[in-house]
Amino acid sequence: MGPVWQMWVYLETTPLLGLVSTLLAWQAGLLVSRWAGDVPLANPVLVAIVSLVALLLLTGTPYSAYFQGAQYVHFLLGPATVALAIPMHAALPRIRRSARALVPALLAGSVTAAGSAMLIAQWLGASRLVVLSLGPKSVTTPIAMGVAEQIGGNPSLAAVLVLLTGNVAILLGPFVWRLMRVTDWRARGLSAGMAGHGLATARMLIVNEEAGAFGGLAIGLNGIATALLVPPLARLIVG
Amino acid sequence: MLGALTQLVCAQALGEVLSRALALPVPGPVVGLVLLLGWLAVRGGPGAELRATSGTLLRSLGLLFVPAGVGVVTQLDALRADWLPITVAVLVSTAAGLAVTAVVMQRLDR
Repeated sequence: MGPVWQMWVYLETTPLLGLVSTLLAWQAGLLVSRWAGDVPLANPVLVAIVSLVALLLLTGTPYSAYFQGAQYVHFLLGPATVALAIPMHAALPRIRRSARALVPALLAGSVTAAGSAMLIAQWLGASRLVVLSLGPKSVTTPIAMGVAEQIGGNPSLAAVLVLLTGNVAILLGPFVWRLMRVTDWRARGLSAGMAGHGLATARMLIVNEEAGAFGGLAIGLNGIATALLVPPLARLIVG
Repeated sequence: MLGALTQLVCAQALGEVLSRALALPVPGPVVGLVLLLGWLAVRGGPGAELRATSGTLLRSLGLLFVPAGVGVVTQLDALRADWLPITVAVLVSTAAGLAVTAVVMQRLDR
């Protein structure tokens, strides 16, 4: 154990450890999800995170040491958010055609999701930090972290809640659509992207291409709507 | 690929600068997204390289969530203290958001 442990301690001081473990955990997550036949709970993101958390806790590695390497992957969230402009541009004709439905649907859903999350958490006695970190949970991570920080929440907590929400949206989506008799794939995709950002949209892309396009659209538009609406909403609810 | 990545990072940086300078309530990457969208609308679409690179980036979007998600280890106390409100809030609000958006969209988009 001695030499292996010494090597670990050395690697901990370099960015390599965080980078290699993140990429390997992702590949392992892809393998597991393929092997499990795309069961929502066995999605690569969740598998990778759970195995990395276990690794950090078992080895007593601090998150800051891990993040020293993982930040190179994390940084790409910014350019990836900008890159959403490309599928959005491709969907512009469809957006224009559906604009009268899209905008009210997104705004209503966005306010419902963010407002009810903060209200419920507050009613059930959650701390102020948790309530504020819940506000931007339906949008893609870089936006959620930015908004959380701005309104006095915690960016890391917001990132975790974003992931939780994405997975919940994947699990609940089919159930909710059946219950509400939503058969239109554009409506399904749009709601998946609005409530469950990139995680739920990636799932929609596998099932139906048009649903995926509307999901991508919802990620971008809800990102903008959330950045504008959640700060005043949070002030209204938390005071 | 590098050229396209440069374009994306430049749009992000420009967005960040605008967001700070004008004290916009919107985070830098979102301003970058809007800027690039405007640019694409003027230019009539992305080049092949930008299309390919952004496709690669967006197909691996899940991977990019992992480092922030692992940050859960720093938040275990907050999660342990408020696990019930968090669970109920996330479940109910996500179901409500899904339902409202899907129903309004289906009703209006005919």
